[in-house]
Amino acid sequence: MSLIYPKESLSAYPAHLSPGYRSTVKRSPSKPLMIVPHTLSELTGPAFGHDAVQDGDADLTKQHKGEPLGERIIVHGHVFDEDKRPIPDTLVEIWQANACGRYVHNVDQHPAPLDPNFTGAGRTITDKKGYYKFITVKPGAYPWGNHHNAWRPNHIHFSVFGQSFLTRLVTQMYFPGDYLFPYDPIFNSVPDEKARARMISSFDLENTIPDWALCFRFDIVLRGREQTPLDTDKH
Amino acid sequence: MSEITPSQTVGPFFAYGLAPKGRCQWDPNGSYSWKETVGDNLITPDATGQKIRIEGRVIDGDGKPINDAMIEIWQADSQGRYAHARGEQPRPNAKFTGFGRSATDKDGVYSFDTVKPGAVAGPNGARQAPHIVVCIFSRGMLRQIYTRLYFSDEAANASDQILALVSGDRRSTLIAHKEMRGALPVYRFDIRVQGDNETVFFDI
Repeated sequence: MSLIYPKESLSAYPAHLSPGYRSTVKRSPSKPLMIVPHTLSELTGPAFGHDAVQDGDADLTKQHKGEPLGERIIVHGHVFDEDKRPIPDTLVEIWQANACGRYVHNVDQHPAPLDPNFTGAGRTITDKKGYYKFITVKPGAYPWGNHHNAWRPNHIHFSVFGQSFLTRLVTQMYFPGDYLFPYDPIFNSVPDEKARARMISSFDLENTIPDWALCFRFDIVLRGREQTPLDTDKH
Repeated sequence: MSEITPSQTVGPFFAYGLAPKGRCQWDPNGSYSWKETVGDNLITPDATGQKIRIEGRVIDGDGKPINDAMIEIWQADSQGRYAHARGEQPRPNAKFTGFGRSATDKDGVYSFDTVKPGAVAGPNGARQAPHIVVCIFSRGMLRQIYTRLYFSDEAANASDQILALVSGDRRSTLIAHKEMRGALPVYRFDIRVQGDNETVFFDI
């Protein structure tokens, strides 16, 4: 059976069952997953209307009457496949807590204030070079009920599509040097240290805007098709 | 060694960003205005074919409903054509994308309004029985899980090459069962993430 997207790439992913993150215990398949060929159904990819994203959706600081509180930041980067080819025209969606570590969601009962000027949802489409950019505020850390004194490191949730139903990725972007990394079972569900490092953005002084906002770079690498050299390829 | 970005859970708070107009109960006052990118109604004015509804419940290893899951589906149109972004011939029903997203409600229920897909090309030149590929995300899932939905009233299921790889005693977990609600065919497709009668998931 030939699989067009190599499955070895998925070794970077966490296991479905990762008992340190308690909710995985009852929400992970217990029977072996079935290996099946990649057919047209898997190799084609989600399509959306061109009006899915509107101007301003990528600036989370301008969605309300006033400016949100917190540290204004720029988060930008490229979406690539694993052969470093850029992925243009792909949807990137983000959601995050506010600067105090509180989500707008009504299930979030963390007693930190909501910010009337911050929702925390954004989206954009990558340009021809696979580039995206958001303006937002740095999300705060927050407690959760996984274990005694459990706190999530600061993070922004990312949802990315790529070119097929197989390249779909939901992940979290972390910030460099976070002191909560050693204690977070979600971050540490990724077994390989180098793979974990790929979820951490880097501080980008070059693109930090003086007197205005710090910048962080987060490149996202999706599964890629196995290279099939064509006669016309000169490389 | 692969260099891809690892997956992380969608967590419990995705709804206001990814599924603001879904059935989920996150916004009890209904006052939130963020427009959805992709919703649970795939039917466009130009969509052809049999209109159907798909409904189901997502259930965890204790048999409890998962009330914070997100289901995404990807399907061909009624003629078996995918609306792929690049390199495809223009289709007469160009507005039909075949992509949908639904968040579960407090009872773990998701639903889609769509059209029944046609048969599409499969391995070795054979046709595949009409089906929809399904992707499940939720808190407690560090990575998405994939399955397929087939239709109970399709004779082609008997010769589908993917279904044939699934052992006979588990094949029924991939079949959505048809019931009529007035004139509307409703296909029931429950997803059991773990345990007895666990849905078959694919390692793709």
